[in-house]
Amino acid sequence: MKLVSLFSGGKDSCYSAFLAKKAGHEISCLITIHSENPESYMFHTPSISKTKAQAEAMQIPLLVHKTKGEKEKELIDLEDAIKKAKEKYKIEGVVTGAIQSVYQASRIQKICDKLNIECFNPLWQKDEIEYLNELIENKFEIIIVGVFAYPLDKSWLGKKIDKKFIKDVIELKKKYQIHPAGEGGEFETFVLNCPMFKKKLKVKSFKDNKEGENSWRREIEVE
Amino acid sequence: MILIIKTNKEPLHDLEFVKPIENIIANGNRMFKTKHYKEVNSKDISNSTKIIICGTSLKDFDYIKDIKKFQWIKEYDKPILGICAGMQIIALIHGQKLIKSEHIGMNKAIFKKEFLGLTGKHEVYELHQMCPTTQGEDFIKFTNSKIPQAIKLKNKPIYGTLFHPEVRNKELILNFAKL
Repeated sequence: MKLVSLFSGGKDSCYSAFLAKKAGHEISCLITIHSENPESYMFHTPSISKTKAQAEAMQIPLLVHKTKGEKEKELIDLEDAIKKAKEKYKIEGVVTGAIQSVYQASRIQKICDKLNIECFNPLWQKDEIEYLNELIENKFEIIIVGVFAYPLDKSWLGKKIDKKFIKDVIELKKKYQIHPAGEGGEFETFVLNCPMFKKKLKVKSFKDNKEGENSWRREIEVE
Repeated sequence: MILIIKTNKEPLHDLEFVKPIENIIANGNRMFKTKHYKEVNSKDISNSTKIIICGTSLKDFDYIKDIKKFQWIKEYDKPILGICAGMQIIALIHGQKLIKSEHIGMNKAIFKKEFLGLTGKHEVYELHQMCPTTQGEDFIKFTNSKIPQAIKLKNKPIYGTLFHPEVRNKELILNFAKL
């Protein structure tokens, strides 16, 4: 089946696209929704302009669609973007990285239903530790590009998801109820390499921005 | 051994509609075996202690076309839990019909009597385009809702939920596994 991946550049959208490809589907294009609202209910925002470099590394066409990120109105923008993908690339379904968010998953399901296409959520309800281990086993190279919850701080920016990271987030879950996969918006990620990439991306430069008491974003430049 | 029966046409949907149920059963330290309904044989049925029939995606109706493959439900006298498409299958096998009823997302269900550990008000996740009728005397309805959210056959331990308990009501599946 020809699918479009709702692609933020983070681990969830990238891994779900990988699973769809592994199951024999074709990822015909990627959609990145560029939200002007950093607090968007639907879309991941850090380093999103870098999805262009990831799409090039995967050699998959990218459709970038802008939204003001106003609650519910951003869904109309998402629907428009999926419609374009349907017309241009004849896609028959969408693959998302939704894990726990019924808000996100049900709204995408409704759009797919309206457009009469399939909706795949291969990470749905996935155990977070099993998930993080699978990312490592499948050679995903992922860094942290945003932290938004105590006790995460600037020192976490740029950290790789590896065995030590998993050990650390398991401890944080016990002490502070941090979701180990960042599903509660505690942190956001960027994929530098995975089996879908024809070439590995490198961080050329970065700038860290403090946005609140426990809120930091890292804007990266990749090559 | 709990037999988990898949109803989804696309194997990628295993991860969304089957794997979460397998994880709940495994975390409850129960043995299970998973098979697609097209591959289930009489030995699988007779060797099972109970059966869970999973749901599938909104666009998938192959299980309705293949309803004859579920005739074994009539003879089975151990517990069955049908989830969404699974509940529709149970109802169809017992002479009911499917009617158009679309709901996607969270909903509130009020359980007027205990249903696999759930009583009172609960948030449930729904993802369906059809719901079964439950006319006649065969079914007990457990919720105060226009469409039946949870049903049980009067004379058999056969249960059905229109909602997906693997999303927000995992304890229901564990309680079924303990029957």
